[in-house]
Amino acid sequence: MTEPLLFELSRPGRCATVLPALDVPPTELPGNLVRGELALPEVSEADVVRHYTRLSQMNYSVDTGFYPLGSCTMKYNPKINEEMTRLPGFANLHPYQDEDSVQGALFLMYYLQEFLKEIGGFAGVSLQPAAGAQGELTGVLMMRAYHLDRGDAARDVILVPDSAHGTNPASTSMSGLRVLEVPSDLRGNVDMGALEAACGEHGDRLVGLMLTNPNTLGLFEERVEEIAALVHDCGGLMYGDGANMNALLGIARPGDLGFDVLHYNLHKTFGTPHGGGGPGSGPVGAAPSLVDFLPGPVVEMDEEWSEESLPHFTFVSPQKSIGRMKAFYGHFGVMVRAYTYIRMLGAGGLRRVAEHAVLNANYLMSQVKDLYRVPYDRTCMHEFVCEGIVPGAPDVRALDISKRLIDYGFHPPTNYFPLIVHEALMIEPTETESKETLDAFADALRRIAEEARADPDLLHQAPLSAPVRRLDEVRAARELILRWEG
Amino acid sequence: MKLDQEARYADNHEWARRDGDEIVCGISDHAQESLSDVVYVELPEEGDEFEKGDVFGVVESVKAASDLYMPMGGKIIAVNEELEDAPELVNQEPYGAGWMIRFAPSDPSEFDDLATAREYEARIAEEEDEA
Amino acid sequence: MPYIPHSDADRRAMLAAIGVQSVEELLADVPAHVRFPDLNLPPALSEMEARRELESLARSNFTAADGPCFLGAGAYHHFVPAVVDAILRRGEFYTAYTPYQPEVSQGTLQAIFEYQTMICALTGMAVSNASHYDGATAVAEAVITAVNVHRMKRRKVIISPYVHPEYRAVVRTYTQGMGLEIGDREIGRLADSLDQDTACVVVQSPDFFGRIEDLTPLAEAAHAAGALLVVVADPIALGLLKSPGEFGADIVVGEGQGMGAGLNFGGPYLGFFATREEYVRRMAGRLVGQTVDADGKRGFVLTLSTREQHIRREKATSNICTNQGLVALAAAVYMAALGRCGMRQVAELCYHRAHYARQRIGEIDGFSVGDDGPFFKEFVVRCPRPVPEVNEYLLAEWGIIGGYDLGRDYVQLDGHMLLCVTEMNPREEIDMLVAALEEMTA
Repeated sequence: MTEPLLFELSRPGRCATVLPALDVPPTELPGNLVRGELALPEVSEADVVRHYTRLSQMNYSVDTGFYPLGSCTMKYNPKINEEMTRLPGFANLHPYQDEDSVQGALFLMYYLQEFLKEIGGFAGVSLQPAAGAQGELTGVLMMRAYHLDRGDAARDVILVPDSAHGTNPASTSMSGLRVLEVPSDLRGNVDMGALEAACGEHGDRLVGLMLTNPNTLGLFEERVEEIAALVHDCGGLMYGDGANMNALLGIARPGDLGFDVLHYNLHKTFGTPHGGGGPGSGPVGAAPSLVDFLPGPVVEMDEEWSEESLPHFTFVSPQKSIGRMKAFYGHFGVMVRAYTYIRMLGAGGLRRVAEHAVLNANYLMSQVKDLYRVPYDRTCMHEFVCEGIVPGAPDVRALDISKRLIDYGFHPPTNYFPLIVHEALMIEPTETESKETLDAFADALRRIAEEARADPDLLHQAPLSAPVRRLDEVRAARELILRWEG
Repeated sequence: MKLDQEARYADNHEWARRDGDEIVCGISDHAQESLSDVVYVELPEEGDEFEKGDVFGVVESVKAASDLYMPMGGKIIAVNEELEDAPELVNQEPYGAGWMIRFAPSDPSEFDDLATAREYEARIAEEEDEA
Repeated sequence: MPYIPHSDADRRAMLAAIGVQSVEELLADVPAHVRFPDLNLPPALSEMEARRELESLARSNFTAADGPCFLGAGAYHHFVPAVVDAILRRGEFYTAYTPYQPEVSQGTLQAIFEYQTMICALTGMAVSNASHYDGATAVAEAVITAVNVHRMKRRKVIISPYVHPEYRAVVRTYTQGMGLEIGDREIGRLADSLDQDTACVVVQSPDFFGRIEDLTPLAEAAHAAGALLVVVADPIALGLLKSPGEFGADIVVGEGQGMGAGLNFGGPYLGFFATREEYVRRMAGRLVGQTVDADGKRGFVLTLSTREQHIRREKATSNICTNQGLVALAAAVYMAALGRCGMRQVAELCYHRAHYARQRIGEIDGFSVGDDGPFFKEFVVRCPRPVPEVNEYLLAEWGIIGGYDLGRDYVQLDGHMLLCVTEMNPREEIDMLVAALEEMTA
């Protein structure tokens, strides 16, 4: 199934959009500044609709099926959220309008800040960061600023576990700091001995530790409070990567576990859609010691609720803010979705989300672990990692199993991450999947294991039923074709 | 695993070979095999100076981008410009046409600190046993 | 319980299969003294109750759809054809994941390939990435790219003071740990500031005040000093104006919000980033490339991923992971729907109407519009009263959203307003604004 490119559908003189005629006297154009050609397609509206509709039909999506993607939390995206974010009273607001004309928007942002503070156990929240990675950069810059503010300019090291998501070390480098990797132990926790040694040797150069909890193995750090105490004792701070918050909603608050700053992923935990690669939203929560360093502006209530009137809200910049992470205030359109989601779940609903996420993951693990080895003999949280290796089929790898899952109607799980598990398959079912779906997925994995032994070449050729077969990525990197040139 | 008996080998799988007063350098057959298809090689400029162990470039495949480390200190005399259009030469002829840099060593005796072909071969065999 | 499908029977069967009595047992690793906190959140609402609350909040706002809007300054009230949202609302697009499994993501991948192509056409550059968060972060990433092109050997960055103030602030935030010297200088004095330590020069055209100019002399001066020229552009203006590529830009970035994203109180927006072929490996962000599948059929994949965070980790070009996929799709649909002729028409409507507005306002007693010079869509007006007062009057008496108060960012421009006129402001609205201002000073 191939769909022509827009430029291949283009025909001279076609125009899809009708615009009003010029209704003012024209002004002379600045000749030397006007362009000659504009090589954009010329297509009709029907062409546009058919083209993109056909493209969409080549996509897998949450609306069509299950995504067992570890660390991504591909839960169902509620449709009411799509309607609320499109309400004209939100969608048509200009960010620089007078504050009195946008109090409804500020109300929403203020209370979303409050909800996230409560859920995470933090004293302050900034909604500005555009995505998780930007939230991480924010957190690292805040920790760095905290130390500099106290006159401590010698600290330049961030500890990062070897199981960490790539954005952690990348964010550290972007902040001008050094990464020091800490290994994990045989139970999948941060190796306490190694951490103690690192804190002993580098304690006075330590900015902080970046920790994901539960970690990328889906395991709750068994000694997380000790870890926090150790880091705090040598003057460092605890950064929390909140990608796995789906396991903690109403179960535990990172702030209570000793984290000083944490980013949330609204497009994971709070059900806002992934959009084929964004937009996400990565708000950051801060403990009292770091609240002043949050990126601004944030929303404050400057007049309380009273009998006669609603509260009044305004933007303020935190006193020692690290600065702006982006223009304007953050992804308001995504915030509306998350706010609606939290309002519909409430505290009880959020806790049930986490409980069912953990239930689903443990159930799926129980169905799969005799087929694919799970390296850590522990109860998992909302996700687990297994090895994509089939005994008796030495040529079959995680990649082949993943591609064959496509033929069974499933999106593959996360591959080759975390790096510390051989041929890793990271599986996160989320709470919105039914037992039937999980059973069907386990069944597919079972059959694939059998196929791996009986007919491994089938797996090497997979997928056979997708819109395209396996794509030549080497060719794509060697012969770069990054745009249509005719 | 192919080896160039004339060359010496560094910890990170670079090889170095003497050519008159100059040193030619690339990556070993073992290294190119673990990288799989090389798609790009980032090389330094003529005249750049490095110390032993400094990063002089990057070799990229679809699944990894690995730093290249100087086996010895020196000043770059030439880089293999053919790799720009044909990076696969690194996979096909890692010791020949897939050479990467040619440099003037700052301390020629550093050559003797590197592993011989036999020592390198033994080391790889040991690593594979452990894995 | 919304969105959770489990029945009691399901839960019992699953717990039995796992071998535990209750879900609590699965949470035993969580320290008991912090487990199950009582979250102080308002009670859960049904869908219809949630709708009522959100609708009430939305209704309480006054928006650019409720009255004439002349506010710009980096976020613009532009036309969004209905076809954009029709496509964006397809679940196969908006609920899809990042296209890491290309065999089941050809829709997203081809759409981004087409987006990249169209951005290149608009900006006059050879390669474009799949998006950054917004115009501000795209500028920051451009600065970091320029510094990397020079292998960290050049530490000075010159940014025109007429680049959007928030963009300049973001550049400072992003580079605060990099040991760079960021200077805001007048373009006129730029030649003095360029030297062998300058990594790049950043200018915006149209600039924050709407002014446009020939960038050729600046490009020549920058290149003579070995520095890169980064141009911040407006994609709507590029429907009419010469592309930065034609002037000699090395990197072109900007805000794509005007192409189908709507105002949305500031986000999510779209940062576009385009550059020369030789810098493609230094460019941050995702890239879609064309290739073939096992049957020889054309297909698309993410390529050059080894530069990105998930592989290169601390040596990545950037930490960016999730970007603005769906907003880039909106821009692509917009560019397809407007096309070659439509984008030119939109730009001309903005151009002529803004000139008309400026001329009429310049004739009002007490208001002055400064020197003539080429501009697009926005222009500066000196007001006889403080700008907040003018805007309060416009909103309260006429239901008009007035322009941006330049005194907020430029001390010497207190009392000056930045007015924006787009294809969404018909002549009647402009005439109404003029009448309102005339009456204010009468």
